[in-house]
Amino acid sequence: MKLYDLADVIRSKNAGPFTLTIDVLFATAEDMDRAVCAPLLAPDAIAKLYDAEPGSIAVHAFREVLALKITMPRAISSGAPADRDVYGSQQHFPLADIDIDIP
Amino acid sequence: MPTDELTYLSLCGMLGYGYPEENLQRAMQANPAFIAADNGSTDPGPYYLGSGTGFVRPEQIRRDLELALVAARQANIPLIIGSAGGAGAAPHLAAFRKILLEIAQCHGLRFRLATIPADVDKADVLQALDAGRISPCGPVPPLTAERVRSCSHLVGQMGTGPIIQALRGGADVVVVGRCCDTAIFAALPMMRGFDPALAMHSAKIAECGTLCATPGGANDSLLITLRRDSFTVRPVAPEKRCLPRTVAAHSLYEQPSPHEFIEPEGTVDLRDATFTAEDKRSVRVSGTRLIPPDVHTVKLEGATRVGYRSITLAGTRDPGVIANLDTIEQAVRTKTRAMMTHMPGADSVRLRFLRYGLDGVSEQAAKLSSLPQEVGLLIDAVADTPELADTAVSLARSTALHQPFDGRKTTAGNLAFPFSPSDFRGGEVYEFAVYHLMEVQDEVALFPVHFEEVGS
Repeated sequence: MKLYDLADVIRSKNAGPFTLTIDVLFATAEDMDRAVCAPLLAPDAIAKLYDAEPGSIAVHAFREVLALKITMPRAISSGAPADRDVYGSQQHFPLADIDIDIP
Repeated sequence: MPTDELTYLSLCGMLGYGYPEENLQRAMQANPAFIAADNGSTDPGPYYLGSGTGFVRPEQIRRDLELALVAARQANIPLIIGSAGGAGAAPHLAAFRKILLEIAQCHGLRFRLATIPADVDKADVLQALDAGRISPCGPVPPLTAERVRSCSHLVGQMGTGPIIQALRGGADVVVVGRCCDTAIFAALPMMRGFDPALAMHSAKIAECGTLCATPGGANDSLLITLRRDSFTVRPVAPEKRCLPRTVAAHSLYEQPSPHEFIEPEGTVDLRDATFTAEDKRSVRVSGTRLIPPDVHTVKLEGATRVGYRSITLAGTRDPGVIANLDTIEQAVRTKTRAMMTHMPGADSVRLRFLRYGLDGVSEQAAKLSSLPQEVGLLIDAVADTPELADTAVSLARSTALHQPFDGRKTTAGNLAFPFSPSDFRGGEVYEFAVYHLMEVQDEVALFPVHFEEVGS
């Protein structure tokens, strides 16, 4: 199953002009558990997916609000000449495309 | 001693994005102690700070401000607007003040106005840089004196101190330059002696309007009632509800961590915060803590101009063109460069091809099993002068239209242009050069308050 289909909400946004934060919210604790176990959601796997430096990705699980938060540096700061997404609102992909069942 | 209860009104998540007028009238029946709204953000990018212009049109500001100003003056309560004019630098503050004074004159209003500029002297920043009192705010390149000097505008995000100073000085209306979103809403409660942790936490929720409610969306009004040991949030719109889940989840929004957020007043720790339903539409929050900072810091923001932009936009639905976009792009780059070699400054040209439908949004190329039926092509040039950017786009456009490739069938033209003229100037291009924390001794001294009597 794709993370996009499992998630209740999956969104990205700037957390300041140099940082991107992706929130994945789940409808149930079971859904969240399924995602948390997915190897492709490990920080290094996400770093590879986003061509980011290994070690630059933080993944935090917040069970009380059934949410995962992934925070990473922006490759290009918001609105600089090479930026493609000033608000960072569409950077939940390619993450949302990962198959959470791949062991 | 503080009074036991204080209610305030967050007008909407962004002044100028619009809010329903009837909800302001409804909210006024709750007798709020003040009305406040945020008017700024770095989210729209560095251009607005760099150029000194607003990302919300003056007519939008006028609409939202007029209703709120009239309501606040009728009720004789303070109106506080933060990050006025968008990026909160001197030209933004001046543009906002002009609209405010026009409204005041139109309605014959009299009040004491405080304006608080947020511009920080470059000399002070350079001195702090030399003294090692500046650090990056997140994954930001280290600051250099050259980057400081390159900024067209340099502002600091003030906290509650200067706003409290304005309110103590008897201000009816406070127009704040760049400031922390929380400061707009937390200043008056903190001045009245309410718990700073609860004041800051409530402000963090309030600054986004009804984003913490369901159905969501920031562009509506939220009422907050602070007490000694808790606060309650409730949306004004009767069809909206705040639920413990929606209010707690709001702590995630645009923040690196939902467990804490850091403001000049300290680290607001939400680990022990509880969210309970007070009724079907209201949520009571308690248990928030505030850990004072070791040193007081102010976040600096500065933008520097890096060129001028021109663009053209076209589409294609020819499968041959779509399959050969890489080849076409390479040829266009080569020919454009060759045609411009004799022009001074030509090596400043940065050409970019964004292929919407393929990989326009994500840098990571899509793994498509088949090519899309249509692709939108944005050709973007940034260069040291507007003329160089225009010329690069013009050459790239005509070359891309007629560029041959193997197996080409569409020999009369590769692209569909929706407009004539086909090319557009994007104006100045900026980037954030400063996004750093500066240690300061006295925040209030850094952001002096200016008072004036309006309508007298």
